Amino acid sequence: MTTSLNPKFTFDTFVVGAANRLAVTAARTVAESPGSAYNPLFIYSGSGLGKTHLLMAIGAAAKRLASDLNVEYLTLDEYVEAFHAAIAAGQGDAFRRRFQTVDVLLIDDVQFLTNRLEMQAELLRLSEALQAAGRQIVLTSDRTPVDIENLDERLISRFSGGLVVDIGAPDYETRVAILRRKSEERGAEFQPGVLETVAASSFANVRELMGVLNRLVAYQAVNESPLNAEGAKQLLGIEVRASGGHAAVASERTSPDEFAAFLTDVTTTVGKAVEAWRARITEAMLRWEGEGYRTRRLELLLEQETPIAPDEEIAAFARDVERLRVLEAEVSQFDPQAAGQSVFRDPERLAEAEEAATRVRAGAAPPPAPSAALPFSLFAVGSSNQLAVNVAREVIEEPGRRYNPLVFIGKSGVGKSHLLNALGLELARQPGAVVACLSTQAFIDELITALDGNRMEWWRARYRRATALLLDDIHLIGGKDRTQEELFNLFNLFQDLERQLVFTAPAHPKTLQGIEQRISSRLEGGLVVELPEPDREVRRVVVQRALGAQEVPDDPALIDYLADRPADSVRSLIGLLQRVVGAAAAQDVPVSAGLAREVLEGGTAAERRRTVGFRTSGIVVSSAGGVRSREKIVWDWAAPADRLIEELR
Amino acid sequence: MSLVNFTTREITCKIVYYGPGRSGKTTNLHYIYGRVPESRRGRMVSLATQTDRTLFFDFLPIDLGQISGFTTRFQLYTVPGQVYYNATRRLVLQGADGVVFVADSQARQLDENLESLQNLQANLLDLSIDIRTMPLSLQYNKQDLPRELILQPVELDDALNFRGVPSFPADALHGNGVFETLKSITELVLRRLAQGAAV
Repeated sequence: MTTSLNPKFTFDTFVVGAANRLAVTAARTVAESPGSAYNPLFIYSGSGLGKTHLLMAIGAAAKRLASDLNVEYLTLDEYVEAFHAAIAAGQGDAFRRRFQTVDVLLIDDVQFLTNRLEMQAELLRLSEALQAAGRQIVLTSDRTPVDIENLDERLISRFSGGLVVDIGAPDYETRVAILRRKSEERGAEFQPGVLETVAASSFANVRELMGVLNRLVAYQAVNESPLNAEGAKQLLGIEVRASGGHAAVASERTSPDEFAAFLTDVTTTVGKAVEAWRARITEAMLRWEGEGYRTRRLELLLEQETPIAPDEEIAAFARDVERLRVLEAEVSQFDPQAAGQSVFRDPERLAEAEEAATRVRAGAAPPPAPSAALPFSLFAVGSSNQLAVNVAREVIEEPGRRYNPLVFIGKSGVGKSHLLNALGLELARQPGAVVACLSTQAFIDELITALDGNRMEWWRARYRRATALLLDDIHLIGGKDRTQEELFNLFNLFQDLERQLVFTAPAHPKTLQGIEQRISSRLEGGLVVELPEPDREVRRVVVQRALGAQEVPDDPALIDYLADRPADSVRSLIGLLQRVVGAAAAQDVPVSAGLAREVLEGGTAAERRRTVGFRTSGIVVSSAGGVRSREKIVWDWAAPADRLIEELR
Repeated sequence: MSLVNFTTREITCKIVYYGPGRSGKTTNLHYIYGRVPESRRGRMVSLATQTDRTLFFDFLPIDLGQISGFTTRFQLYTVPGQVYYNATRRLVLQGADGVVFVADSQARQLDENLESLQNLQANLLDLSIDIRTMPLSLQYNKQDLPRELILQPVELDDALNFRGVPSFPADALHGNGVFETLKSITELVLRRLAQGAAV
C-alpha cells in the first residue's frame, strides 16, 4: 500500500534556491526532529517544483537519522484506496491503528481531499491522534489549505496550525544549478553557455526544464558534435528576450487593438454569464464523476442547444444519486460484494438498482436470534446465581457500556445458555436491536459454509450489522484459527461501536485450550462471572416449574424432597424429576414424594444404572462440566409429554 | 427590451451614456466607432445641431458576433446633455441595461455634474427603476486638462460616486479610459444577467 521512498529523492539531490529555501529549511528541521518543530508541515506549490522530492527527502533523512522510525510515504489517493480496501476487508480498525503508530507520515497531493468528506473526517481523526502522540505529519498540495475546495474548517485550521510554506518557480540561478546537476548526473557535458542559454528562458516548473535538458542530451548523443549556445537556441526554438530591441519597437508600431481586447473580455464575461447552465452541468458532472457515478445523463444535456430546465435536471440527477447511495449503503450492510455492482453507480439504471436491492434484501437472512423458549421469566434465580443475574440486568440496561464483553462461566447445565438467551431476548426488545445469539458451533459451521460458497463478505456483513453478539460455548473456537481471526475482527468492531458481546464458557477464559492470547485477553477484559451449582432455592423453583409444566398437582413434600436431592446442575435435577414422572406414568399412579423416594433411592438395578450419566431424553450428557452437549443447539425440544412417549417405546 | 433572448439566442445590450452637456458622451462614442472594425459596426446615427451639439441622440450599434452561441449586439446611446431635452433623455433611458455617467472633470462643472446625476436618478425613477439596481459606471472625462482646472478622480469620487460604483479617469478625445469604461459597464450588465440566469 505504501509507496517506498525513491532513493534518488534526498536533500542532497535537491537544488536549493531563493524560491524554495524556506521550504527546504523547514523540511530539514522536520526531518531532524520529527513532531517537535512544525507539525504539521504543509508544503504547497505548482506542479513539478519539487514537492514530492522534498517529501521523500524528509522521509529519507528522518530514517537515516533514526533508523527505527516508522516512516510512511503515500499519496492521498493511495491512502484513500488503502482505506477503502481495509474497510471492505473489515480491517478498518487495524488500518487506523496501523497509521496511528507511524512516526513520520508523509502524504502527497492532499488537494484531492476536495469533496471527500468521509476521507476528510478520517484524516482529521488521524492527524489529531498523530499530533497528540507527538508524531510528525507532512502534507503537500498544489494549493494552500484554504484554497482546497470544500475542505472541512477543522482540517484547514489543523493544516494551517503548523507551518504552511510554498515552493516558487526556480529563478535563473537555480535553473542553471539544476541543469548543471542533472547533466552531471547523466554524464552529459555541454559547451559553456549552453545551459545558461537554456536557463535564460522562463520555465513554469522543473519538469519542463528536465524535458528541455533531455532534448539537449539526446540531440548531442545522436549528433556526436557538441552543441553550442546558438545551436541550443535553435534546437529549442528559444526566443531570448535580451536579443535586441525589436520586440519593443514592434509593439509601439502596432497600436493595441482595443476593440479586440474588449471583444475577448466580453466573450469571457458572456461565456460565464450566458452559459452558466453549461458551467453548472459540467461542474455537477465533475463532482459526480469524481465520486464514481456515471454522468451520461448530464452529458446528453450538454449536447442540447438549450435544455429546458438544466437546474431541475441536475437536481433530479442529484436525487437519483442520493437514492443510489441509500441503496448501496443498505445493500452493503447485507452483502458488500453485491454493493460493488456498477448498477449502484449509474443513475440511469436506478430502476435496476432498486430491483437489485430488493433481491439482496430478500436473500438477506438476519443473524440467528436468541431462543424465545428461554426467557428471563423462566430463569430460576437464587442466591447462588444472583450475581450473574444482576450483571445481566445491568447489561440489559446499558448494553455495550457496562460490561463488554460479559462472559458467563460455569459447569454444564447450570443455566449459562438459558441466561445467555434470556439476556439476548431482552436486548432484542430494544428498538433497532439486531441480536445475534447462537452456539459457537453454529457460528463456526456458518463460517465454513460462507467460505465454501465464497460468501464471506455476506457473512461478515450479516454479523456486522448486529447490535449484540452472544455466543454460547466460546471455548469451541479453540484451535480454529480462521474463526478466531474473524471473531477477533468482530470483537474489535463491536467494542469500538459499544455493542454488547456476551459469551459462555465452561471455565475461565485464560484456562481454555487453543484460544489465541489476543482473544482470551479480550474475553478477560470485560467481566467474567460464574454461575455456580444451583442452591436449594433455585432447585426448588426449578422443580416447582417443571412439575407445573407436567401438570403435576402442587405437592410441597414432593417439591422439598426433589429440591433436597443432590444435583450439581439444573439439568441433572430435571433428569431426576423426569424419572419420577416417567415411573408414575408407567405405574399409572400419581406423582408423590413417596414414589419419588422409591424411584430415586430404592429403584431397580436397571434404573440405578440409568441414573449415572444418562438422561431420560436419551441424550448423553456429562454432569461434570461436559462440553459437547448437543442439546444446546437443539432449541425446539419436543414437549416433555412427547418425550415420555418416546421413552416408553 | 429583453437583454437575452434564449429562443432566438440573441443578446442585445443597451448602454446609455448619460451626463451634463459637453461632458464628452458623443466623443466616447466616436472613439469607440473609430476602433470597431467596419464589418462589426452599424451606421452611427447622430442627430446634431449645426454647432455639433447632440440634438436628439447618438446611436452606435456594434455587432460582437457569435459569443457562446449567442448573437451578441451592443447598442450604445448618448442622451442630449442640455437641460431642456429631458423628455428625450427619458425616452432614451427606456430599456437601458446599463448607464455610463460621463462627468466633466472641470471644477467649475461640478454643479452640472451633480444636477445631471440627480436628473438621471429622477428619470430612472419615472421609469420605475431604482438607480441602485441599474448597472452604472462613472467616467471622469477631460482628465487631460491642466491640473488647476480639474478635480482629481479622488475628489470626484467624493463628490459624485456615493454608491461606490466603478469609476474611471478618462480623456475621451484621445481614447484614454474609453474602453475601460465600456468594459466595466459591460461586465456589470452581463454579471447581472448571470445572476438572473442562475435563479
